[in-house]
Amino acid sequence: MWLQTTWFVLYVIIISGYVILDGFDLGVGMLSPFITHNDHDRRILLNSIGPVWDGNEVWLVLGGGALFAAFPLVYASLFSGFYLAMMLVLLVLIMRTVAIEFRSKRPEAWWRSLWDWTFTLSSFGITILLGVALGNVIRGVSLDQHGNLNVSLLDLLNPYSIALGLVAVAMLCLHGAIFLTQKTEGELLTSIKRLIPKLLIAFFILMTALIIWTLLRDEQFTQNFKDRPWTAFFPLLAFISIAAAWLFIRRGAYLSAFLASATMIALLMGAIACGMYPVMLRSTTNSAYDLTVQNASAAKETLTVMFVIALIGMPFVLLYTAGVYYFFRGKVELDDDSY
Amino acid sequence: MFRTEQIEQNEGSKLSVEVLHRIQFALTISFHFIFPPLSLGVGMILVIFGIKSVRTKDPKWRQLSMFWVKIYGLIFAMGIATGIVQEFEFGTNWSQYSRFVGNIFGSLLAAEGIFAFMLEGGFLGLMLFGGTRLGNRMWLFATTMVVVGATFSATWIVMANSWMQTPQGFEIKDVGQGPQAFMTSFHDVVFTPSFLPRVLHVIAACWMVGSSLVLSVGAFYILKKRHVELAKTMVRVALPVFTVVALLQVAVFGANQATEVAKNQPAKLAAMEGLYQSESCAPMYLLGWTDANAQTTNGIHIPCLLSFLTDKSFDATVTGLEATPRDEWPAVNLVFQVYHLMINLGMLFILIGLVACGFWIWKRKIWNQRWLLWILVSSVVLTELATETGWWTAEFSRQPWIVWQVLKTTDAYSPNVSFSQVMFSIVMFVLLYIVVFVVFIRLLDRHIKEGPPPPVDPDETSSLPDSFGEIFRRRSRVSSGGD
Repeated sequence: MWLQTTWFVLYVIIISGYVILDGFDLGVGMLSPFITHNDHDRRILLNSIGPVWDGNEVWLVLGGGALFAAFPLVYASLFSGFYLAMMLVLLVLIMRTVAIEFRSKRPEAWWRSLWDWTFTLSSFGITILLGVALGNVIRGVSLDQHGNLNVSLLDLLNPYSIALGLVAVAMLCLHGAIFLTQKTEGELLTSIKRLIPKLLIAFFILMTALIIWTLLRDEQFTQNFKDRPWTAFFPLLAFISIAAAWLFIRRGAYLSAFLASATMIALLMGAIACGMYPVMLRSTTNSAYDLTVQNASAAKETLTVMFVIALIGMPFVLLYTAGVYYFFRGKVELDDDSY
Repeated sequence: MFRTEQIEQNEGSKLSVEVLHRIQFALTISFHFIFPPLSLGVGMILVIFGIKSVRTKDPKWRQLSMFWVKIYGLIFAMGIATGIVQEFEFGTNWSQYSRFVGNIFGSLLAAEGIFAFMLEGGFLGLMLFGGTRLGNRMWLFATTMVVVGATFSATWIVMANSWMQTPQGFEIKDVGQGPQAFMTSFHDVVFTPSFLPRVLHVIAACWMVGSSLVLSVGAFYILKKRHVELAKTMVRVALPVFTVVALLQVAVFGANQATEVAKNQPAKLAAMEGLYQSESCAPMYLLGWTDANAQTTNGIHIPCLLSFLTDKSFDATVTGLEATPRDEWPAVNLVFQVYHLMINLGMLFILIGLVACGFWIWKRKIWNQRWLLWILVSSVVLTELATETGWWTAEFSRQPWIVWQVLKTTDAYSPNVSFSQVMFSIVMFVLLYIVVFVVFIRLLDRHIKEGPPPPVDPDETSSLPDSFGEIFRRRSRVSSGGD
């Protein structure tokens, strides 16, 4: 049924939207202590994401809601199966939200330093946890015939998934640094630009290694690319986008660099989706228990209603998201409203 | 929790995991539910300030807006942080429920995400950071969009919950993945019989909570003789809203709900009023205590009022709990008590509102009535308590059903999550929420004690972009460099 595939594609788009948008503000959180310890500059970094971070986080809520509605069986199995990991995700999400909100409300140095570290550590936590979760989704989990699984926290931390977590950290740090080039100036900009080549090399090496590892260890994933050779464009174009981002940075075309980085993230998410499709959650116990786009989706009526809702809603969402980003464009200046 | 019959050993342990899941959900949603009504209600007051700013050009309205928008931001952040927990918990703790209702409930949540959260999240930045960037009209526009988003959000979530109370527009089929509810009519799912009365009741409750916070802060400043003129303005705006909504809440929205519940969920109404036997001329209690063994309720009551409220006739018969099998009763006394606490608080709000309005109309004597001002200071705690007990009434009285007469709560939780895992997350949430709440209250307190920012020069405000054209022609700000 084309609707199921359409929803799978829409779902990948929503998740990519989340990784691109919340990705740069997570990156800013992770990078902050490596860029500056001076309070004024810290506030510049924080306020670069100030007006948009909560809008970005809404994409995660949307992702959860869309998964619940379009693929309820995946939502139920995945969220309950990764119970403790999900609880930790919630813990760090809450800590991060309050850290941003509380930090500049009081002038004391200890107070600000406490919430700065909370902000940074929780940004790392979200990135690693979600990266590890994605790693386990790609690897497959011990689904039984009722769609139940229970993975302990230690089982989640297998080498492959940890590697994916690290790639996620490198990718979002790079994405965040590229974002910051649009928002900063002077010495702060110089120190960020010094970080970018290092991040880029680290990410490039880690990602290439992970792609090779995935293709070697995962026959089904590799087979899917062989069966649908055109999908190889996704990873190939992703590499071209990284190169483009690098060239744009060197030319000082920061907005183009950011867009190239965002495109790269979308292409990589697309590549993972191509390697998985039609499986959404693979069972390592028995492939008959796999949750796929076909057997785990909501029924036609629901998918149709949801599709109409998405058609009405998404253009507005994109329009005012673009409008808000346009409004807050340019370098950050601190004022009375700032965090 | 309510079964007293002999329970087998393994049944016993199963039951306690269920209870833990329920405790966690109850704790996290009750904590979350402190914030959205506050932000929706305060947002509505901000819209009033915004309109006044545009109409009168008096800088005090802008000054008030910028003071309250900071409080709004703090509340909103708490709402987001605790709200994501709720969305995740359907999957983590209630996976069987999620599988069963995903086709219906999931789509309402997703619609909330697209229509409501995106609108709020998108415009929130403009609202919070608009003080130095937007003129009065554009700031009002951004704020209105956020409030519209919050209202949509309340609407979709109450719609989803109303489907759990009065489900319709679906059929149950097993297509190889266990029984699932499939949508047969989106229209019926959206417009369940309880939806409209409930959403009006909830939105009115949000306005009560928001206006009472503004009243509370205003009255506090007057008592402390600080920012007195601005504080009087706060009270002048919030008090009429509070009083009118309090009256509407009891006389219209609340009464509507009684009729609706009596019609669609008679067992629920019977538990709320502690009515064991079906009766004509059924009484309505003001205070009381239900006795499960004797199946009687004792207390102060008004004869025949319940019959009148449900069917506009004093001798209408109201169905008692006897019509429902014993094992499908909720915890009657618990429901009775939280429901009556809500009702009595609702009556108290009318009294407070009318007395305060009376002293205001009577030669503005309200400003000297310290006892009355102190009551107004405490009003926000009372309205919060009333909203919480209202939500508890709705949820407790639906038990043992998670979807009314379709799916039991005991069949809804995640079977693959262990006792110790839920125990861990409950402890985690309790500790986390205590810390976050203490910091939230202290920051709120500090912000209130610091008081409003100095008034903004109207010339400065009028130089800010104040139409879509001006916003998008505005050049990217020239960098000033350094500090």
